[in-house]
Amino acid sequence: MNSAVKECERVNEQISAIVLKRPPRRGWLFGFGISFCFLMVLNLAIGCLFLKGVGIWGINIPVGWAFDITNFVWWIGIGHAGTFISAILLLLHQDWRTSINRFAEAMTIFAVACAGMFPLIHLGRPQVFYWILPYPNTMDLWPQWRSPLVWDVFAVFTYLTVSIVFWYLGLIPDLATLRDRARPLWLRRLFGVFALGWRNSIKHWKRYETAYLLLAGLATPLVISVHSVVSFDFAVSLIPGWHSTIFPPYFVAGAIFSGFAMVLTLIIPVRKFYRLENLITDTHLDNSAKVMLATGLLVAFGYLNEIFTAWYSDEEFDAYLTLNRMLGYYAWVYWLMMACNVGVPQLLWFRKLRRDPTSLFVISLLINLGMWAERFVIIVTSLHRDFLPSSWGIFRPTIWDWATLMGSLGLFFTLIFVFIRLLPMISISEVRRAATEKRP
Amino acid sequence: MTPHSLTDLQKRIPAARGALLWKSLDQLANTPEFREAIEREFPVAADEWPDALSRRRFLILMGASLAAAGLTSCSRQPIEKLVPYVKQPEDLVPGKPLHFASSNVLGGFARGVLVESHEGRPTKIEGNPGHPASLGATDVFMQAAILQLYDPDRSQTVLHRGFASTWDAFLAALLQEENEWARDGGTRLAFVTGGVTSPSLRYHFRRISERFPNARWIVHEPACNLETPRVLPSVDRAGVVLSLDADFLAWGPGMLTNARTFARRREPGNTMNRLYVVESVPSLTGAMADHRFPMTPSDIVRLPEQISAEMRGATNPAAPPWLPPLVRDLRKHAGDSLILAGEFLPDSAQNEIRLLNEELGNVGRTVTYPTEALTFPGTHALTELASQMLSGSINAVFLLDCNPVYTAPADIPFAEALRKVSFSVHHGLYADETAEACRWHLPDLHALENWGDALAFDGTISIIQPLIEPLYNGISPHVLAAALLKQWPANDYDIVRSYWRGILANDDFESLWRQAVHDGVMAGSVSTPAAPPPAAPRAPPSPNPNAGSGLELLIRPDPHVYDGRFANNGWLQELPKPMTKIVWENAAHIAPATAERLGLHHAEEVDLIYRGRSIRAPLWVLPGMAENCVEVALGYGRTRAGKVGSGLGFNSYQLRTADAPWGGPGLEVRATGRMHRFATTQEHNTMAGRDLVRFADLTMYRETPHFAQQHGHTPAPDQTLYPPFTYDGNAWGMAIDLNACTGCSVCTIACQAENNIPVVGRDQVQRGREMHWIRVDRYFRGTVERPDILHQPVPCMHCENAPCETVCPVAATLHDHEGLNVMVYNRCIGTRYCSNNCPYKVRRFNFLSYVDHSTPTLKLQRNPNVTVRSRGVMEKCTYCIQRINFARMNARNQNRSIRDGEIIPACAQACPAEAIVFGNINDPDSRVSKLRTDPRNYGLLAELNTRPRTTYLAKIFNPNPELKNV
Repeated sequence: MNSAVKECERVNEQISAIVLKRPPRRGWLFGFGISFCFLMVLNLAIGCLFLKGVGIWGINIPVGWAFDITNFVWWIGIGHAGTFISAILLLLHQDWRTSINRFAEAMTIFAVACAGMFPLIHLGRPQVFYWILPYPNTMDLWPQWRSPLVWDVFAVFTYLTVSIVFWYLGLIPDLATLRDRARPLWLRRLFGVFALGWRNSIKHWKRYETAYLLLAGLATPLVISVHSVVSFDFAVSLIPGWHSTIFPPYFVAGAIFSGFAMVLTLIIPVRKFYRLENLITDTHLDNSAKVMLATGLLVAFGYLNEIFTAWYSDEEFDAYLTLNRMLGYYAWVYWLMMACNVGVPQLLWFRKLRRDPTSLFVISLLINLGMWAERFVIIVTSLHRDFLPSSWGIFRPTIWDWATLMGSLGLFFTLIFVFIRLLPMISISEVRRAATEKRP
Repeated sequence: MTPHSLTDLQKRIPAARGALLWKSLDQLANTPEFREAIEREFPVAADEWPDALSRRRFLILMGASLAAAGLTSCSRQPIEKLVPYVKQPEDLVPGKPLHFASSNVLGGFARGVLVESHEGRPTKIEGNPGHPASLGATDVFMQAAILQLYDPDRSQTVLHRGFASTWDAFLAALLQEENEWARDGGTRLAFVTGGVTSPSLRYHFRRISERFPNARWIVHEPACNLETPRVLPSVDRAGVVLSLDADFLAWGPGMLTNARTFARRREPGNTMNRLYVVESVPSLTGAMADHRFPMTPSDIVRLPEQISAEMRGATNPAAPPWLPPLVRDLRKHAGDSLILAGEFLPDSAQNEIRLLNEELGNVGRTVTYPTEALTFPGTHALTELASQMLSGSINAVFLLDCNPVYTAPADIPFAEALRKVSFSVHHGLYADETAEACRWHLPDLHALENWGDALAFDGTISIIQPLIEPLYNGISPHVLAAALLKQWPANDYDIVRSYWRGILANDDFESLWRQAVHDGVMAGSVSTPAAPPPAAPRAPPSPNPNAGSGLELLIRPDPHVYDGRFANNGWLQELPKPMTKIVWENAAHIAPATAERLGLHHAEEVDLIYRGRSIRAPLWVLPGMAENCVEVALGYGRTRAGKVGSGLGFNSYQLRTADAPWGGPGLEVRATGRMHRFATTQEHNTMAGRDLVRFADLTMYRETPHFAQQHGHTPAPDQTLYPPFTYDGNAWGMAIDLNACTGCSVCTIACQAENNIPVVGRDQVQRGREMHWIRVDRYFRGTVERPDILHQPVPCMHCENAPCETVCPVAATLHDHEGLNVMVYNRCIGTRYCSNNCPYKVRRFNFLSYVDHSTPTLKLQRNPNVTVRSRGVMEKCTYCIQRINFARMNARNQNRSIRDGEIIPACAQACPAEAIVFGNINDPDSRVSKLRTDPRNYGLLAELNTRPRTTYLAKIFNPNPELKNV
């Protein structure tokens, strides 16, 4: 019993110290500073965008969507890992998730924030974005329900709401811990307000557990539905390369694939920097890598299936599209995607690599890149050569396209850095329980 | 000076133009221009005048300058206040446009137009169905004339040595010079004019030359070969047409008539004609040909001789293998055939072709050769004039409606010569390169601001009437001519009218004149073709002087900026060139085989060296070009065209010499290794094996008339998740006959004018953001040496199952009750999803703010019935819904249904070949319904189950069966 209290105290101390005691170090300041600079680039890019219009990007007719929607789908996909880890793995009683679920959930929210920005700013007239929402109005007009973009709005909003609630609910016991451990009165009060009067009573725990499980149940279908709906943006259209029934499962697998890659990209340096190897162990990395391998194989199956379908269906437009992806103007992006998403994950068959943080970090970066390339291939190569050769065109990204992409990374990492400093990035209560439950 | 003491002076100002605009005398007197003119006139100008000026002349001048004051104060300012008419002018109902007949003149020749006028501002030009050179159709220049009228870069004031001056200051200077000229009969005086067919102006010119009998007159039309004898073909009477480098369907003053009559004879059936084209550079006529043979110009020159030898039965081993069957076909159709000579062929070839037509018995049946020349005869060459100017033997030059500093051949130092001339006057629409080199520049009036007359290609007298008060301080050429005859005050209306009063000498002149102004043509004025003058005897066959292995240079006018005069016209600049789809620049065209042989690449910058002169030009490898030649277009590389047109492309005049205006052999091409990035609207040139433009030979069509519908699989109408639409009333549809379409692109520019479509500029086109609602796709098919060239106009298809409609999240694009796929601009939020999902890619997006909101004159140009789109919204072809609604209102007011043919979209109205037909597909008797039941009718990409409302009629070729294997 005594050792269990000690163990709890050790966990409390280790995790809360990052928020409460540890002064910002040079590394954090450096990382935050760079991220903040990119956030300012985003400000500039969006400012210029609102001033001049979407014409500052490289989009055109036929390529009406390019970096904007690529970024949107990429970010949304990244978000999926968080929900997958916290909800599905919870329901499956995968206890190893406790060390990374908080971080992954935060990542989800920030990624969805980045993603949600793109449909908004990609509009020609962003000032009237709310016309896409069903609200009573004097024009007596509703959204056009057949459009997947409307479904998107609901899917993403639901997802964001559930993710925030889920994340916040999980935070409540930890906020109470912070309240109890914080020194300055104002900080104690602040954490106290957000801890909603949590007193660690059995009653609280009982209700908390029920609510948490219910929310996990609610979030689970969202993992499947959100990216399925996003894939409908493409699958419902008639453009060769978009019009495909395999898209929903293939998109979901890709989302979890890229999400885990992003989790690893973040967690490997963080764990090293804050010396959390005892909490986020190599087993965690190993397990995440296994999920990546599995979903990576699903994604590879998707790619092969697309090629097979193009050949088997004998549709001249699909056949042309497939060849054009492989050999056309953007062929290098296609092969980059293939290399990163099909080739690189095969390294994860090796246990040694799965447990080696450095290699895993590099692999996760490559998979992130590959998944971005995948969305680019789906969106841009399909659009740039569709039905009438007279209208074929080329999309060339401008500096503003890059600035917006880099800026969204800036936004994401700024939020991550702020999160690390302000809230416990590992669930104190869950780790506490895991630590004590292990000892009989 | 109080304004009211001007009353009697004002009476002396010709009322024809001024009266309408001045709302009151106070307003007239208070305009700053007028006050300035008055001030300048009396104290200042009088001081400046030389003492020798007599009192009498002073008074004359005063009168003239008051006339000028009338002109200056006429400049139309954008109206700021909204004041209703106290007395409404007859026929003028606000919101209801009026149409006036007038004429558009290019190279001196008139094409009749009907100008749409909204509350006093002309907004759109249509063809005049009663005019023989238009027949209701227009060409791209006629459509673009409206933008030229409102061009803010047009010259706005008289310039003296580059500084703003006034008409009366010019008159003062002129008076002084005139005395000198009158003394020696104008020995040192010269006039250079553009092509002039205007009877009244030529009458004045004659009187001027009577006054100054020794003056030199030169006609300078750099894009026309003035030495070509006139030919009037009757294309519809010819069963077999052979064109030797003649682009008769798309170039020249009679092209609209030719295109119309050709299309009528092109109906697939027993009377379908057959067209052979031999040419160096693919032209629109060549694209229509059943057999097209690329050949260098020097080979084409020899062809008439070879044909005539073949006709006489001589065997010529040097003749190309396709010639004997071709000649047999011509002989079979003797009297029913037609050989047309290109404008740029030399005299000998022209004469030979004429003899061939005579031998075939075509003259008088399919072709006539009128006697009278229609342009003012130029007696001296420009070269001689320049040397006289340089030597000082000419010291006064009038340059009327021409720009020789830019357009003169490179071996004539015209600018230098002009600077030596002590009294040089340029009269033109723009303060261009020539204006800069002249002492005086006088702004011309646009044809829509001006009274005048001109002859059509067949001699029909056409009337030009103004539609608007002059926007700037322009001076009519008639007024300038009158000033040279010491007649002032003068106005163009009185001059033109009184000329015709004298000519017609009829008691009933007034009604004749009114009728002519109303119709735009003088009834019965076509000169009956006289017996043609005898052709010159056949010259002995000469050895080909051009034979050699070197490259040949071809210098040709540009299809859209002509000789450079339309360089500042954004519509024309952004209209894709028919064969290359390049915009905003020109290129050096070369055959693929030749480029390969010389190791040159597409889009590479090369140095073209010809007769010791060199220019740098980007290379465009053009399938179907004749080998061993390079073609460059005139009209680019201008330095003072205006904000829009300066500094684009390269200047081909720098390779042009007076003795070889259209080029010749001896060209050298040197690679530079630098690459150029073209602005083009179509980057891919083949159909990639897809059935987009469907076509067949006549024999195959006879066997399987429904061949076009057998491509691909069209799904049944019920294969959709959504309930079908029902149409109880009208259901609009369009049919486009690919067999008639020549690909001239006038539909594109007509649509641009009608629908307020902005010009986006070269950079935006390079980014793929052109805004045209109807485009003309051009595909090459077959070998690169001798490809089939196929054109396909693509507007919105108004699909029954429109893919754009289902994906718009805010229902900004939807079906209306008549089946139109309508676009609600103010509901659009700009997701661009509709465009992504449009298989035809006909939707256009306002990526940036493309509309010029700041230039006042451009505001006047816009069609008030079409919304000007803002940034961030999608737009596309509406089938000219404003015209549909106009017809609907008319029909409803008259309590009837809309008649077939009552609604004509802008594209269909402009089309010279009548290839576009619009109407109600619910009415089985409408023209469009009948065309949709034609076996040739097919839907583009119909296999996608879009069920397009716009359908195409497949193209039919009529090749010579004998030539199958050649």
